[in-house]
Amino acid sequence: MSEAGLAGALGLNGLIALFVSAILFSIGVIGVLLRRNAIIVFMCVELMLNAANLSLVAFSRMHGIEGQIFVFFVMAVAAAEAAVGLAIIIAIFRHYEVVDLDRFRLLKW
Amino acid sequence: MIQDFLFQAFAASAILGAVIMVTRRNPVSAVIFLVGVFFATSGMFLMLDAHYIAAINVILYGGAIMVLFLFVLMLLNLGHADWRDLRGPVGGLIGGSISIAFLGVLTRLFVGGTDARPVVEIAGSALREAAAEQGVVGVVARPLFTEYTIVLEVTGVLLLVSIVGTILLARRERT
Repeated sequence: MSEAGLAGALGLNGLIALFVSAILFSIGVIGVLLRRNAIIVFMCVELMLNAANLSLVAFSRMHGIEGQIFVFFVMAVAAAEAAVGLAIIIAIFRHYEVVDLDRFRLLKW
Repeated sequence: MIQDFLFQAFAASAILGAVIMVTRRNPVSAVIFLVGVFFATSGMFLMLDAHYIAAINVILYGGAIMVLFLFVLMLLNLGHADWRDLRGPVGGLIGGSISIAFLGVLTRLFVGGTDARPVVEIAGSALREAAAEQGVVGVVARPLFTEYTIVLEVTGVLLLVSIVGTILLARRERT
């Protein structure tokens, strides 16, 4: 019942977009947990942000333009985060000569 | 008809590209496949009547951010495969189960969560009419510069802070 209601409000493509968004987010989670290369972990975080954007756009067809405004701000924050994060990775690389996340254990117990 | 087919093709290629991207050992090919994923999601945005979002997704994500990643990979000379990159079977099991839990929660949320409140059917047609009336950019820009002006200004400050922080972090210290 609820599925039919959602499919009716969003259209089949909107529903597909929601499921693709969930799947892309889960793939991003796998990547973050599975990889040791800090840059690839970072790329998986970007993938998760993009998946969230996809669900926001799909819901904006149902609830109005605000979803797309949120996507705009998410993209701005993602750009800032990518710049600062890559600067941190460069600074860490200068110190350790490696970007392996398991080697950074200064704050780990 | 052809639009539905294109949409589903974009969806399939996004998922496929993401899977390939996570499993590549070479970071440069991971970047290339992530660019492919961003292009596919841009196509999906286009089919969902979010034309402006589709454009800035290509320009900002597929262009600027991924070039930044590629630039850092080249700068640090990391463009080669590393056998230690992927975690072992235990890590794979933990990561896989956590991500399947995420998938289940999200699917449950998307399928079952919306009957808590009445679904307002504004749908794509209203967005399409507004875009035809005010232009594709205008339909996003008008609320952005009227209702969400303060948020926009705060975002500008955030970008400024991130510029300063980036320069401060990445600068080589001279004593």
